[in-house]
Amino acid sequence: MTAWLLRRLAASVAIIFAVVTFVFILIHLAPGDPCIVGTGEGVPDPAVCRSLIRQFALDQPVLVQYWRYLVELAHGNLGYSFALHRPVWDALVDTMPFTLQLAGAALLIDFGLGLALGIYQAWRLNRLPDVVLGNVTLFVYSLPTFWLGLILLLLFGEKLRLFPVGGASDPVLCPLVDSFYCLADRIWHMVLPAVTLGLVGAAGTARFQRAAMLEVAQQDFVRTARAKGLPERRVVLHHQLRNALLSVITRFGLTLPFLLTGAVLVETIFAWPGMGRLTVDAILRRDYAIVTAAALIASSLVVAGSLIADLLLGFADPRIRVHEDAVVDIVTA
Amino acid sequence: MTFGSWLALVVAIVLSAEVVRWLRHRALRHERWRRFFRHPTAAWGCGILTFLIIVAIAAPLVAPLDPIVQPDPVRLKNHAPSLTFLMGTDVFSRDVWSRFAYGARVSLGIGALGALIAVSLGSCVGAVAGYYRRWVDAILMRGVDIGLALPRIFIVLMAVALWDRLSFAWLTLVIGLTSWFATSRLVRAEVLALRERDFVVAARALGVPSSRVIFGHVLPNAAAPIIVSAALSVGNVLLLEASLSFLGIGVAPPRPSWGNMIADGAVTIYTAPWTTLFAGLAISLVVMSLNAVADGLRDALDPRQDPA
Repeated sequence: MTAWLLRRLAASVAIIFAVVTFVFILIHLAPGDPCIVGTGEGVPDPAVCRSLIRQFALDQPVLVQYWRYLVELAHGNLGYSFALHRPVWDALVDTMPFTLQLAGAALLIDFGLGLALGIYQAWRLNRLPDVVLGNVTLFVYSLPTFWLGLILLLLFGEKLRLFPVGGASDPVLCPLVDSFYCLADRIWHMVLPAVTLGLVGAAGTARFQRAAMLEVAQQDFVRTARAKGLPERRVVLHHQLRNALLSVITRFGLTLPFLLTGAVLVETIFAWPGMGRLTVDAILRRDYAIVTAAALIASSLVVAGSLIADLLLGFADPRIRVHEDAVVDIVTA
Repeated sequence: MTFGSWLALVVAIVLSAEVVRWLRHRALRHERWRRFFRHPTAAWGCGILTFLIIVAIAAPLVAPLDPIVQPDPVRLKNHAPSLTFLMGTDVFSRDVWSRFAYGARVSLGIGALGALIAVSLGSCVGAVAGYYRRWVDAILMRGVDIGLALPRIFIVLMAVALWDRLSFAWLTLVIGLTSWFATSRLVRAEVLALRERDFVVAARALGVPSSRVIFGHVLPNAAAPIIVSAALSVGNVLLLEASLSFLGIGVAPPRPSWGNMIADGAVTIYTAPWTTLFAGLAISLVVMSLNAVADGLRDALDPRQDPA
């Protein structure tokens, strides 16, 4: 188990290293020169430009720059954002709590609602509720998140005026009134973006869960349970559900990175001051330090997601308690 | 809407209904395709896809106006849907229905081409990795691991932002080249099982060259999962294109794509929601249809359900 874990960790680090290298190469392949592009205010003074190039070692060979970059990264230094005039780390620390709050709420909706629907559908298999919900989840699952966000914004933000149309908190009242008001205010602001992000995921989870329940339903022990005369509810909720939950763990591992990449669009629409919006702004401003850092975080999430899922599966299911390479290979759907 | 475009629209609807009816009729003869049409959503999906493909191909006939020309930006902007403007007009007074029809060309085109690139590349890599195993497999699959860990939307965003605007061809290529990883894993798993089967062993024993064994014997038998994943890829590529265009770095305006149209309408969503509404609905319908068709295909192509 320890050997397996060490090997997996080494592989994870290697993958993240490769992603970072790839992003570095991509940035250096791109045409453009700090002296030509400037910061958008025309061509900078050649002397200033030369000193800037020397200061950031841009005149060094690419390999030297790469090495310096890796050394800095190993020290936990993610670089300096020229557009924001502050270290990348500070910008991330400021935005990360917002993304985590949003992602947490979305995750709750995703799996809470998704599991409930999937289980209910499997219980009422091929009856009216199952058929209706099957079509509804198919439709919701196919919605582009950013479009759903816009429509929810239009309906609940503008037409019904139930929820705010953007931002993360009330900029005027919140600092004045007590913290309880702030908490309520934050939740109120979070409803629309979290629902947007969570609903599409929940539809996917529901479909996934239903399929997993049906897969289990064909196995012998379920037939045995029925043959013993157990009530249907107990067969579904006890025998089927417990085994179907195993594949939910896999899905959980796959959803983890999506919460950042999916948040990119949703945060942009709802003006949510999180990491996704920071990244989009950085890309549009060509602020490479932040983009590289975001890519690093996103790929770490992918790797961490599959690692966590594998570990949880090992805990939850004694049958696959990791022996050598027989680890469940997580296939991305 | 001119008389000609109304006529073309009606013909398109009737034609797509007829195509589905014809397919259904043909399907009666084959057990597999009967299984496909047992899904009511799969039949609807076929119909919707056929209709939108006809609209895309016949865009000049179906669309009454030029999708780029702004007829009268002062008096004709943000008109609600009516009989003259089937889906209303946008903030630049362009006819949304005309843009919708021409946008179908761009969006469905990128979806189909991008998915074609992704699925062919994924199948080749997966087949080679699964067939040769050993170090070839190890290297290719570690590469796929890295590819799966790449935050795809960031990479495409960066590629697009770094090279300013990508042309249509480059955009399709970049999207295609970053979407094949999952397919290759799927195909590899399939090939790993197939390569031990007797007919493959026999072909190898007869001295058939490896390339012919892979493309002539192994891959055709892995067709079912490949086809299903192709249907799903088209939807994924379409969604990715729409997200990029929505962020303003996909298909270059004023050329219409559905993602572009959503972005155009997002600014005026409170006053003229129709600009955004129809384009988004079209994307959802296409993706939904593709998912439904993929579900149907999965059932139809499942050999375990074939009568003995």
